[in-house]
Amino acid sequence: MNGINDFTEIQTEAAKNLLYRLADDQLILGHRNSECTGLGPILEEDIAFSSMAQDKLGHSQALYQLLHNMGEKDPDTIAFTRKVNEYKCCHLVEYPIGEYDFSLMRHFLFDMSEAIRFNMLSSSSFEPLAKIARKFKGELKYHTMHAVTWINQLGTGSGESPFRIQKSLDVCFPLALGIFEPSKYEETLISEKIFFGEKALQEKWLEAVIPVLKNAGLVIPDIENVTAAYGGREGIHTEYLKPLIDEMTEVYKIDTGAEW
Amino acid sequence: MYGGGYIFEESKNGKSEAEDSEKLERFESKIAAGEKIEPSDWMPAEYRKQLIRMIEQHAHSEIIGALPEGTWITRAPGFRRKLALMAKVQDEVGHAQLLYSAAETLGKPREDMINDLITGKSKYSNVFNYPAVTWADTAIIAWLIDAGAIINQVANSKGSYGPYCRALERICVEESFHLKYGHDNVVFLATGTPKQRDMVQEALIRWWPPIMHFFGPSDKISVHTETLMRWKVKMASNDDMRQKFLDMYVPKIWELGLTIPDPLLKKNETTGQWEYTEPDWNEFKKVINGDGPCNKERLAVRRNAEEKGEWVRRALMRKDERYTVPFA
Repeated sequence: MNGINDFTEIQTEAAKNLLYRLADDQLILGHRNSECTGLGPILEEDIAFSSMAQDKLGHSQALYQLLHNMGEKDPDTIAFTRKVNEYKCCHLVEYPIGEYDFSLMRHFLFDMSEAIRFNMLSSSSFEPLAKIARKFKGELKYHTMHAVTWINQLGTGSGESPFRIQKSLDVCFPLALGIFEPSKYEETLISEKIFFGEKALQEKWLEAVIPVLKNAGLVIPDIENVTAAYGGREGIHTEYLKPLIDEMTEVYKIDTGAEW
Repeated sequence: MYGGGYIFEESKNGKSEAEDSEKLERFESKIAAGEKIEPSDWMPAEYRKQLIRMIEQHAHSEIIGALPEGTWITRAPGFRRKLALMAKVQDEVGHAQLLYSAAETLGKPREDMINDLITGKSKYSNVFNYPAVTWADTAIIAWLIDAGAIINQVANSKGSYGPYCRALERICVEESFHLKYGHDNVVFLATGTPKQRDMVQEALIRWWPPIMHFFGPSDKISVHTETLMRWKVKMASNDDMRQKFLDMYVPKIWELGLTIPDPLLKKNETTGQWEYTEPDWNEFKKVINGDGPCNKERLAVRRNAEEKGEWVRRALMRKDERYTVPFA
């Protein structure tokens, strides 16, 4: 087991890079999902999306706090003052909420990966991260339960629903593969048992999502012919991220010396 | 939030429809004894009608009220405020869900109520037809509008209709957290940097007239509600609730060094009553009848959400299942 002070320089760098990727995904998707508040297709879904958005925000805050404990700035400063190319989120989380089918499919594909990721991380050699992961696991169980239920309901629903869900899957799938964009620290993370690696995660993810999608009557995109949306982990983002960050930091930047 | 300033419908000739006098007597004595009326109990048609109207307006106010604050979730400064505002607005949507369920026990399905909202047939609290211009507006709303709502809802939770009272009790507990959040937020702004102070003072100036309107028209000009008060549908007069609000919150506002934009506002120590400039009730009527700064926008957003979500609701219907509505 490693604590914050047991790492070499390269290990610290690798762990921080991983934490930024995870935290930024949570922050941006939490922000996106919160945009659905008051606009859900039924009240119960409005409430559910808000609840999950709050969890995501809370997760990002906890991960930024861990980064802060490792010498980075405080969570508010990290989340609200960085330049766009300093964020390490994947493209999937950046897209606008679109219609409910897109938001739901994104939620399903992303949260399934999160559930597996934090399950893996709960046995990380980096004890502070393992501790956080064990806590997140319990919450993510409900997120995936929610997502699977709805994918099933709408994939097999009446009217235009199955068509919409299939279309959203086709749009989201390449974006979702971008979640697993490997970093230059993969080897260090794996050899130090901090994280089992993006490749291993992607495999487990496919094993988990494909049966659910098939069960909902959906056609799985041919992974060989899909180009994963990479770039986010290196700070190269879609056109959607900058307006999001500008909006998110609008009040915070009115008076940077103020306490809000 | 947000139940305030209900618009009751005036009954024909000021009287309720003819009812079985024996049943009516039993009904009224039950209420007089402090017992609750439950969905399966006999009740006068007028009681049912006015309750549906009131609970429905309250529910609509919750979902429409989620809009002005909801737009600031994405701009909330810092984790603490962002998380708190998300949770608060989520609570409001949850209140709508509770209230629509309470109203459904009286026989009107949620779909019909929402339909009446988006077609403009049914009203909601007038305050939500005003814009939340800056972050400070959300702080004022969370503090003072929620404070007003609590006064109204605590009174109504002692009313006669069981399902509504139970929903309100739960709602009031959550509202008390909103009020704390709003107050904390206003305190930070009022004691913060000059920019923050200006923001919150300007927001208070903008929101004072809607706050004074919040409890509904002055008793001198409002619809006579003696029967509704005897039936414990309406629990306090508009002016009484306004007085209570002023008594509780004006000193707190002044304590923060903020200026309330009413030079006549003062407490008459002899009568114990607050004196104030009479709010502009023509403006109130104008806004409630659809001509406020945000009426069209609010309903358009709601209508859009309903239209966009229609395929989802339809997808959940199964041909081989029968759908029933409680007590309809």
